[in-house]
Amino acid sequence: MTASPRKILSSLFVAACALSVALALVPLVLIMFFVISQGIQSLNLDFFIHDPRPVGEVGGGMRNAIVGTLMLTGLAAAIAVPIGVVSGIYLSEYRGTRFASTVRFAADTLNGVPSIVIGVFAYGVAVLPFRHFSMLAGGLALGIMMIPIIARTTEELLLLVPHALREGALALGATRAKAVITVLVPAALPGIITGVVLALARVAGETAPLLFTSFGNPFFSTSLTQPVSSITVQVFNYAISPYEDWHRQAWAGALVLVTIVLICSVLARLATARVARIGGQ
Amino acid sequence: MNPPVVAPRPTVTAAPRAPEQQGPLKIDVEKLSFYYSEKIALEDISIKIRPNVVTAFIGPSGCGKSTFIRTLNRMNDIIPGARVEGRVCIDSADIYGQGVDVVALRRKVGMVFQKSNPFPKTIFENVAYGLRINRMVSSRSELAGRVEESLKQAAIWDEVKDRLQESALAMSGGQQQRLCIARALAVRPDILLMDEPASALDPIATQRIEELIYSLKKSYTIVIVTHNMQQAARVSDHTAFFWLGRLVEYGRTEKIFTAPSEKLTEDYLTGRFG
Repeated sequence: MTASPRKILSSLFVAACALSVALALVPLVLIMFFVISQGIQSLNLDFFIHDPRPVGEVGGGMRNAIVGTLMLTGLAAAIAVPIGVVSGIYLSEYRGTRFASTVRFAADTLNGVPSIVIGVFAYGVAVLPFRHFSMLAGGLALGIMMIPIIARTTEELLLLVPHALREGALALGATRAKAVITVLVPAALPGIITGVVLALARVAGETAPLLFTSFGNPFFSTSLTQPVSSITVQVFNYAISPYEDWHRQAWAGALVLVTIVLICSVLARLATARVARIGGQ
Repeated sequence: MNPPVVAPRPTVTAAPRAPEQQGPLKIDVEKLSFYYSEKIALEDISIKIRPNVVTAFIGPSGCGKSTFIRTLNRMNDIIPGARVEGRVCIDSADIYGQGVDVVALRRKVGMVFQKSNPFPKTIFENVAYGLRINRMVSSRSELAGRVEESLKQAAIWDEVKDRLQESALAMSGGQQQRLCIARALAVRPDILLMDEPASALDPIATQRIEELIYSLKKSYTIVIVTHNMQQAARVSDHTAFFWLGRLVEYGRTEKIFTAPSEKLTEDYLTGRFG
């Protein structure tokens, strides 16, 4: 049987798609390979329970940075989730209005602003007035980055909820707000949670906005008003240092960061799977 | 909507008379016109409906019967640009009057939609929804009792009593529709509006819904929109025939189906168009 030109063309196209996917995966695989193979060597219990040692002393860990990153992203989520979700609800409820279009455009623009610029902004509003770096400023910078992502995801997902559900709620005597809160948002919740986690994962890996907001701190600190260490900044500082031991620790830090993001995603999946079982999505 | 091109606009000679019956009026519509922005969807509709009667609205697609049923609980309010003229009185009070509480109105005038629309919640929570948001029960046991009562009224209790905590979306289409009816009944409305409740269901599920409508008639005033003329003949006491946004004929179902007074009604019922 001779293959027709159409079939050959089709096979070529499928092959091209497969090749593109493979190429796209190459960097990911390489990154994961190096981060895991290099990081695992320096990863031990000490890494999690000790703070950095002074220059020249071997050993120590990144306890302060790990806790710092968790607190910074938690703070960012505390700022961004309420504002982002409520803005998203507004955007979907009043999507036709001029104000909503303006807000949507502003959110998309904010989403495209380089993170270093957001860092400068946070420096201006939350560092300069108090004359010192703080976790609050870092959390603010990360939170600002999360707001547009969460708002737009929430909006998109609410628009996917069938109109019939809104009508069903209204027909039972729900007010518009009640219908949104008790039916539309719960129906969209699995997707909203995924959006929030993606936003968290994105900002957890940010370095630039933290450089002059939370700055970094060689000591363990959980104070909102003090500078705080974060994994990304720590990795950056260690990676550009001349010390072999710090390089190893930087790899370990990178591995921990990747793992934290992964765990967050898995937890979110599990949480949304529970909601989705009832929601049937 | 593409109106059929076979016949001119209906010229209804006499205003359709209300079917003769005793008792006060449940629904009294006077000279209702309805517009989607500039487009007129209903023109000069007057109809009187008495309590505990099943009234069927029939007519071809796009004739305005769904639009009309949705004016009775003001569901059309949420459509931008929609406009109503005329009066719709329920229990002698104009529902488009000033200071009318739409939320209270919709509690009193329940609605079941063409496509079943259970919330993505458990079966129990679906029925409990209206009771919860309207704060109609004061205790858990009362809530459970009302849920059970509504599910029984909707003739679905036996099928779901062991799976109340499962997702409503796991039910079959016919069960979902009866769940939606139970959900509407839970808030104890006076009037139940049904917009083609069986159009997406198979004959057996349809039969169950029809039996249900018959049994609910004792306690509710029911208005049902249907495409299916046999269904209208089976379940309704009175029938109203709509065409191109007008009410052409309204009367006792036997009369409409056996001896309609309008030529248009006869043509529609005999399948000449529509």
